[in-house]
Amino acid sequence: MDKPKFVYVTYIRSTREKVFRALTDGDATRAYWFGYRIESDWTVGGPLRFYNPEGQLVHDDTLLAYDPPATLSYGWKPLQKGFEGETESRVTFTLEQTGDQVKLTMVHDEMMPGGKMLDAVSGGWPAVISSLKSLLETGTALDRQIPRRE
Amino acid sequence: MDDVFKALADASRRLLLDRLFDRPGQTLGELCRGLEMSRQAVSKHLAILEEANLVAAVKRGREKLHYLNPVPIHEIADRWIGKYQRAALDGLAALKSELEKEESDG
Repeated sequence: MDKPKFVYVTYIRSTREKVFRALTDGDATRAYWFGYRIESDWTVGGPLRFYNPEGQLVHDDTLLAYDPPATLSYGWKPLQKGFEGETESRVTFTLEQTGDQVKLTMVHDEMMPGGKMLDAVSGGWPAVISSLKSLLETGTALDRQIPRRE
Repeated sequence: MDDVFKALADASRRLLLDRLFDRPGQTLGELCRGLEMSRQAVSKHLAILEEANLVAAVKRGREKLHYLNPVPIHEIADRWIGKYQRAALDGLAALKSELEKEESDG
C-alpha cells in the first residue's frame, strides 16, 4: 500500500459528537465547507454525495466507514471536468478526545500516482479544517472562498 | 500559538519542515539522511514540531511516518492575513464612498 500523501491534524475545543455531526450534517458542511453540502443515508458501501453552492452534484462517492463519533471514511471522486481519468481516492477522519479538545486527524490517501488529485487537494484541506475549527469554537466559519481550480 | 512560533524560530526545524514538504511521510532515519545533525538532535527537533502540531505522525506497522501539518500555519494566516485583507477591503469601500460623496458635493 502506498503511503498517505496528506495527513492533517487539528485540535478543536469541542466534543467528538459535535465534530462528527459537523462532518456529516449537510447544513453544517454548507456553513464551513464554503457552501458545499454533504448528503448520504450513511449506509457503508452506499453513496455519499457533495453538492456545490449552486446545488449541482460535484462528488459521487462511496461511504467506506461510519462509526460515530470515532471514524468516518469515504471515497473521493470529483465529477468536475479534468478528473474523468482519476480513480477514487480515500478520505478518513479519526476523532480522539484529549481533555477538553478533540484531536481530529484527516488522512487523504490511495491517490492515483501521477494523478491530478494531489495538486487539487493540497490547498483545500487546511482551509476546510481551519474553517470547521472556527465554526465549532467561535460559531463563525471562515468566509474565504475555496480556491477554484480550472 | 506560542509553541508554533517557538517551533518555527529555529532554522534546523524549518529545514525539517521543508524536507517533509518535499517528501511527505518520512521516517526518522530517512529525515536524518544527508543532514549534518545527529539522529538525536533531529529526534528532539521533531518532538518540538509535533508538540506544536506542525508535524503529524502516523504509525504504519513498526514505522512512524512524519508529515508537515500546515493547519496551525493556516490558522495564523487566517488570524492576521485574513483580517488584514478584510480591513483593506473595508478601507477601499470607505474611500470609494468618500470620493463619491466629494464628487456629488463638488
